[in-house]
Amino acid sequence: MKVWIVMLLGGLVTCGTRFSFIYLFGKFNIPEKMRKALHYVPPAVLSAIFFPELFLHDGALDLSFGNFRLLAGLVAVLVAWWSKNTLFTLIAGMTTLLLLQFFF
Amino acid sequence: MSEPYKNFWAGVRAEFPLLVGVFPFGLIYGALALNSGLSTSAAQMMSSIVFAGASQFIAAQLLHESAPGLVIVMTIAVVNLRHMLYSASLAPYVASLSTRWKVLLSYLLTDEAYAPSVLHYEKEGVTPYGHWFFLGAGFALWFIWQVSTALGIFLGSAIPESWSLDFALPLTFIAMVVPVLKDRPAIAASLSAGAVALLAFSLPYRSGLILAALAGIAVGTFLEERKSPGGTLPPKGIL
Repeated sequence: MKVWIVMLLGGLVTCGTRFSFIYLFGKFNIPEKMRKALHYVPPAVLSAIFFPELFLHDGALDLSFGNFRLLAGLVAVLVAWWSKNTLFTLIAGMTTLLLLQFFF
Repeated sequence: MSEPYKNFWAGVRAEFPLLVGVFPFGLIYGALALNSGLSTSAAQMMSSIVFAGASQFIAAQLLHESAPGLVIVMTIAVVNLRHMLYSASLAPYVASLSTRWKVLLSYLLTDEAYAPSVLHYEKEGVTPYGHWFFLGAGFALWFIWQVSTALGIFLGSAIPESWSLDFALPLTFIAMVVPVLKDRPAIAASLSAGAVALLAFSLPYRSGLILAALAGIAVGTFLEERKSPGGTLPPKGIL
């Protein structure tokens, strides 16, 4: 029983945070400063998600050549910058990682 | 094909690379939820009721440790704080929709649905059927999350770890972020958010992620203000 109540409340809380500003928007005036700030949400939050996946190994910073995910990630950054294509980037990064894992 | 469907499928297609990375996570979640003592139906329903990857892992773990219910719900709330940023970021684009649509899209607003949807809106602006793109991206993820959870429950995490499919997620985020980095403030926002994310990684409940995002937003806004004091023209294509 406890599991289901926790899940239900957890679902409400989750949907609530996602709905929060979508609901509030238009009910209040959004200051110009905040509108500008929102423009930086995508690069900031997505970088905050992927940086640790590249740079951290078991929770510790790993800048060595043995960090294959970092190397593959750098290849992906170059391919993304050059091609602006999600699929190419994904294939290039995955292939690099798998080749490194296979040969080293 | 009618306009809504065209937009819907464009959203599904944009979601595809992310699905590759999400699928193994769903398997692992399903397997792990059973291991933490949840019943099959509870493990599966969690994926549709809560529908938030990180929170589900943590909730399953806390239920396993018999943590108090209130603590678990509060933890879910904190882990999901970043979704408020997504909500604020997408709010202007969905402002004209009915409440029903807003609730439905909010329910589907995960990290993986946010990324392609906000980029679509930033590029195209608000179009009559743009919310169908959002729905397509969100639904595709929802569907794969349910299916992969079910497979994880019944088969266990069947994909060998050496395939490194989980790496598809950061790769797709890279593919989405890099083209957005068109000026110095955006680049600085990305780098500072990334740096803070590394420094604050060990903070509990993924709170480092929020700290990092806020740092990136602050740095980007600050540099933009300095570049064009008084804030004359907003950057192209935004809001």
